[in-house]
Amino acid sequence: MLRYEQNGGALQVLNKRTRTIPGRTFEETTLLHLDAAYNLARWLMGNTQDAEDMVQEAYLRAFKAFDGYHGGDSRAWLLTIVRNTCYTWLQRNHTAAFNVEFDEDRYQADCETGSPERLFLEKVDRETLRQAMDELPVEFREVIVLRELEDLSYKEIALIARVPLGTVMSRLARARQRLQKSLSHALNKEQL
Amino acid sequence: MNCAQIRHLLDAYLDGELDAVHTLEIDQHLQGCPLCAALYKDRQTLHALIKDTPLYYRASSALEQRVRRSVQQADTRPLARWEQSKRWLMLAAAALLAIIVLSGVRLVSTAGSSALANNVLANEVLASHLRSLMAGHLTDIGSTDQHTVKPWFDGKLDFSPLVIDLTAQGFPLIGGRLDYLDNRPIAALVYQRRKHFINVFTWPITSDDGSKTAEVSLNLQGYQLFHWVQGDMNYWAVSDIAASDLQDFVHNLQS
Repeated sequence: MLRYEQNGGALQVLNKRTRTIPGRTFEETTLLHLDAAYNLARWLMGNTQDAEDMVQEAYLRAFKAFDGYHGGDSRAWLLTIVRNTCYTWLQRNHTAAFNVEFDEDRYQADCETGSPERLFLEKVDRETLRQAMDELPVEFREVIVLRELEDLSYKEIALIARVPLGTVMSRLARARQRLQKSLSHALNKEQL
Repeated sequence: MNCAQIRHLLDAYLDGELDAVHTLEIDQHLQGCPLCAALYKDRQTLHALIKDTPLYYRASSALEQRVRRSVQQADTRPLARWEQSKRWLMLAAAALLAIIVLSGVRLVSTAGSSALANNVLANEVLASHLRSLMAGHLTDIGSTDQHTVKPWFDGKLDFSPLVIDLTAQGFPLIGGRLDYLDNRPIAALVYQRRKHFINVFTWPITSDDGSKTAEVSLNLQGYQLFHWVQGDMNYWAVSDIAASDLQDFVHNLQS
């Protein structure tokens, strides 16, 4: 598990790979993570133009907040800002993406209890998988992107998405379950 | 743990987020439970599928340039504002100096010769005080230590000024600088009174300073000026603090 601390509200995940060297400029610190910033924004926003607008906005916000940033994991710090920028936009524009208000009890109840659906995922192509991910509610898509594409730990994801550790775990489980279902539907359709 | 509990932790198990005790328990369970093992295998397959599929969106170089530009613009904007305010400060400084010079001219036409000499000097002293504040050039040697400030003047002046710290009296020493008054290089010592600054200008008296030896207390444009001679040195103290405060300061300096 990662060591982490929260210092005056500032996110500080100490991670060897992305720990910031003190004295680095804003650009040196953050432009390394431009791909990560864009990838997250692109998955949350669903198109190139909105994603690029969000990244620019997030970098400006980050620049203004940079004085308050005292080292720590600069990628997680930047991704938190990107994520908040995207969510602000999505909420303001009443995007229908926010519909996952599920409670843990219901999740437990309809958890996989019967015989599992056998999947032949080897046959899934990139476009099918991309589409299945795009169809996930934004909170699920976000945990998949942060976990599977950014290789972030549950703790880092919890800090970025501002949810408890247990919620990260159940959202990931639920997101994967949904992905499996929709992929197997897509495969079945192809076979018909 | 039963199957439901195991399945609840299966993703954390896959992601290596569980502690050793739970990991071991799930290891053992999967060996003996084909249903859970099949579920786990599906998760592994999905995980591998996502890993093997190029899903990562990379930023274009156009986006990188756009981000760089907008951050650089945001970076230079406060500077531009500062440049503008600096221009206003210069204008204000020029206007103030003009007023000082004009009032000096007025004094020249009305005052007698010894008062005249003091008044011209007083205006010079005030101008120097204002310049030091406006140009942001209060000190050449910033130190609260009198034993640092005094030696700093060595080799820069043909005299050694009196430097004493008055922190205990409520007038901490801030530092010193070289200035030019009465047609010669002089020592300026800077003291502070709360948020106000006091400049003390000092230089040796000369034989033709006879008329300037008297103590002079002046109020020019809201600034308090006080002149005295001690030993063989001229002193001018100037500040925007209250006249009584400046008197107090001068008494401390004299004693």
